[in-house]
Amino acid sequence: MLLSEYKSKELLAQYGVAVPEGRIASSAEEAEAACARIDTRKFVVKAQIAAGGRGLAGGVKFAATPSSVREEAARMLGTTLVTEQTGPAGEVVNAVYVEAALDLKGQYFIAFALDPDSGFPMLLASSEGGVAFEQRARMDADTVSTLVLTPDADLTAFLGPLGIASEVAEQMIRAACDAFTENEMTLLEINPFAETRDGAWIAIDAKIALDANAGFRHPEFASIAAEQKLSQPEEEAQKSNINFVPLAGDVGVVVNGAGLGLATNDMLVDAGGTPANFMDIRTTATSFDIARGVEILLGQPGVKAILVNVHGGGMTACDTVAEGIAFAYSRAKGAKLPVIARLAGQNAAWGLNILRDRKVPVEVFDEMRGAVARVVDLAGEAR
Amino acid sequence: MGIIVTKDTRVIVQGMTGRAGTFYTDQAMRYAPSYVGGVRPGRGGTKHLGLPVFHSVAEAREATGADASFVTVPAPNAADAMIEAIEAGIETIVCVTERVPQHDMARVKRALAGRDTVLIGPNSQGILTPEQCKIGVMPTVDARPGGIGIASRSASLTSEILANCSAANLGQSTTVGVGGDTIHGIGFVDCLTRFRDDPDTEAVILIGEIGGREEEKAADYLSGLDYGKPVIGLVAGRHAPAGRRMGHAGTLSVFGLETAEQKQSRLRAAGVLIARDAADVVRTALKALQ
Repeated sequence: MLLSEYKSKELLAQYGVAVPEGRIASSAEEAEAACARIDTRKFVVKAQIAAGGRGLAGGVKFAATPSSVREEAARMLGTTLVTEQTGPAGEVVNAVYVEAALDLKGQYFIAFALDPDSGFPMLLASSEGGVAFEQRARMDADTVSTLVLTPDADLTAFLGPLGIASEVAEQMIRAACDAFTENEMTLLEINPFAETRDGAWIAIDAKIALDANAGFRHPEFASIAAEQKLSQPEEEAQKSNINFVPLAGDVGVVVNGAGLGLATNDMLVDAGGTPANFMDIRTTATSFDIARGVEILLGQPGVKAILVNVHGGGMTACDTVAEGIAFAYSRAKGAKLPVIARLAGQNAAWGLNILRDRKVPVEVFDEMRGAVARVVDLAGEAR
Repeated sequence: MGIIVTKDTRVIVQGMTGRAGTFYTDQAMRYAPSYVGGVRPGRGGTKHLGLPVFHSVAEAREATGADASFVTVPAPNAADAMIEAIEAGIETIVCVTERVPQHDMARVKRALAGRDTVLIGPNSQGILTPEQCKIGVMPTVDARPGGIGIASRSASLTSEILANCSAANLGQSTTVGVGGDTIHGIGFVDCLTRFRDDPDTEAVILIGEIGGREEEKAADYLSGLDYGKPVIGLVAGRHAPAGRRMGHAGTLSVFGLETAEQKQSRLRAAGVLIARDAADVVRTALKALQ
């Protein structure tokens, strides 16, 4: 779960990390009015969405006066930002954060994650920070230095060569690490962590990912989960124990397991098809849950055919999936969307019988590749 | 022989009396007679599924001589269960629980430091040495004993590829699900090391996917030595949109960010035979073994 920028900063501020003065606004007028309460000479207007890549997508604008703050806010609010991380549907901007823009002397990148090998928090840092950092780091992993924060790790010696030779900055970094641990974050990114011309250290932007799986001991996560602005199909699917990611194509896919889901979409794209979604039916899903997942596909305009690729396992057997599909088709009376099914593993024959007996418009294949080729043809004919 | 678990492995189940624990213990016991007891605090001295139940792992180990534990404890207590097993000196711990919090797994990793314990999982289908020992929740209908070692990050793809192997007369020495979570127990390198030493294993299949660093570490390991057996690799997620989470944990912005293509080319450079897609794995294995 990603926290929006202003909530991330609020949380960090509680731990003693300095953040710029700012106000949240949900209308252009509010944005303009907020300026009066921020002690600065120029402003920055930032779209609040729960995804990164915002700066490059036009979601961060500088403004010299309160009236240009209003104009920038009006331009952003209500629009849909499509960034690298939102998916093709993008995310609607419902709020902007108006903040003091500061004159910066140096920008750095700071992040915390857990070291998968040792289990200690790991500090990732770079002497280069800013909007395009992620792209640069992607090209050259060496721009990031790493320090595993074991009890005897020497933070001062690590930060010095990066240009962060300041006791205040170091204290803030320690405070950020406490925030990371106590709030069970999976990622805390401060980029840029900056030194101003006045010699102060400050977190200009922050991104926090919380571990939804730890929600059972963090009641405060519930309201954050509700704000995740998942697309409606995603949210529906989540409630039904299905991981679902909408994609832009026309072949709906029903698959059990994340790995098989990825492999199915790979094969589909290689064969010239375009998946309408990624699906991973979790092992805890019942046939009613699966029916909901299939109904989402039946209701998605532009889906031309459904590919069912299931390898029944010890947990999700083929008959459970088939029951779900049959149930969805019987509820959506007269649904004609053709189903190409490849069922293997636990109770495969039983599953196929269910699909045939319940009059699902199904064509059956023994092999993944044959089923994929057929569904690509079908979708092509329907275009 | 196979790796990590054999017909001599003696298994206890933590969380045996729960609904999932009962179901999966019953299935695993029917597959192989490795099971010697269960643990459920407060229910020590009773019997469940015909096996003795103990208050603690230490007690169960003492009484049964168990060297492995199957952890089916629900997520909020799974880490404590794993740590209890580690501290009781259990050699092989298999955790199938999904959605264990990351910071809990971090605690487990710190508890493992300096020990020889083999942890498999969490969020893993488990480990299977066909006709000898099953600790996990995987289907066994298609499993056959033989010479293919499988190490995998995906339960569903393992079932698929294992079935294809058996259909082509390629039995399996051992299949290991290293689990789909970012922080987990043993990885591909550990499995590769053990498969290399296992006389029964003739070839290894690595089933990888986007996210994480397993494939990169495996490539680093393999490029440093003459492995001596063919290694076949599949990396799922070549066409997954970048930066988005697809079921399993993975895509953090600053590490584990290599694409499936990059992972494939690293593995290829280390001598791994890359299968084009899931349906191509067995053909690649057959060719390598000719």
